[in-house]
Formats: sequence, structure tokens, C-alpha cells
Amino acid sequence: FRSSSRILSIFQYLKMLFYSFFKSLVGKEIIVELKSDLCIKGTLHSVDQYLNIKLKDITVVDAERFPHMISVQNCFIRGSVVRYVQLPASEVNVQLLQDSSRVEARELKKK
Amino acid sequence: QYFIKRVQTTKGMASLLEPFVNQTISVLTNDGRNLVGKLRGFDQLVNVILEGSHERVYSPEGVEKINLGLCIVRGDNVSVVGLVDIELDKKIDFSKLRAEPLKPVVH
Repeated sequence: FRSSSRILSIFQYLKMLFYSFFKSLVGKEIIVELKSDLCIKGTLHSVDQYLNIKLKDITVVDAERFPHMISVQNCFIRGSVVRYVQLPASEVNVQLLQDSSRVEARELKKK
Repeated sequence: QYFIKRVQTTKGMASLLEPFVNQTISVLTNDGRNLVGKLRGFDQLVNVILEGSHERVYSPEGVEKINLGLCIVRGDNVSVVGLVDIELDKKIDFSKLRAEPLKPVVH
């Protein structure tokens, strides 16, 4: 029982790293590719602990094939349907991300 | 700093959908459907209550509107909730719109 609750808390801890990472990208333009192959480009407005994403001023990539979102400017994307998030390389501090991941992994091992 | 304070965030999903309440929204479901209606309620699991809703069925032959009224969409099945700009929506000529239906979500 205790080990299963420990596993749960580990997962929650892991998610915090990417939650923080996405929070540092708020205001940047990203492209979210969904598991349904739909790609939505927009400005990252907010993110939550489940990595649900809210985008502002969206444009659908390949809009001719996907006119379904033509009247939508802001949208909420459920975290579970995201396949990829394309980010501007210049906005990512790779060194910091690697170091943070290493520290997280160490913390998890301790637990 | 990518670290945050070691505080459990109890914010959850609730706050992200709050600005959409009582507005017309477009819901994309996991099976590729598009439902349009007024968001009346939602919860942490992204279950969504739509009032006065209709489904827009897209096909190479045109767009069909199916009225559904008041319905609840289970959160498991929600992929995107979009805020509809009613002015932009009015400008759409559905009689000329041709499109393939959306693909379902594959995990």
C-alpha cells in the first residue's frame, strides 16, 4: 500500500518538471500536434498540472484540410490527446533542462 | 528556473475552462466529431455540459447540422474545446464547405 502511494507521488513529481517547463514557455508560439493528426499553431496562454494546454490566436496547420476550427481563436487542448509540442529552439535552455531532469531523477531515486 | 516550490497544485483543470463558461464553444471529440453549443458546466475531468448544441458533420458532400439540445460530453472523450467567435462563425457559408471528417484520436 505504501509502495503504491510512493509510485503515485513519484509520477506527480515527474509531471511538475514539465509543468514548470511549459510555464516558462507561456507567451511563446508553439505548434501542438494531436493524436488525431491535427496540428494547431498558437501562442501558449497557460498550462496546468495535467499538461492541458490553452492556446490563443490559433491557426490550424494545413487549414484547407481542417476547416473545422475556422471560427475558433482560443482553444483548450486536453493533455491526453497531445502527441507532440513543437517549440522554438531558441526558447529552450537545454542545459538547464538536462540538469533539472538529472536532479529530478536523483530525487526520485532517493524516494 | 524550471523548479517550482514543492507545493501540490490543487488548481486542476477547472481554471483553464472557466473563461469559456456561458460562451459558445466547439468541442472536438476523440471519435472525430464536432459539437457546437453553449458551455454551461465542466469539471476537473473535463466533462462538459453543452446547451442548445448541434453536431457539425463534415463530408466531401457538404456539412450537416444535427441538433442535440442539452447534452453532457464525458471528459475522456474530449480532445479540444475551442472558443467560437460568433461573428466569424456567421460568415461561414456551410453550403459551400467541403471537408473530410476529422480523424479519431489514436493513443
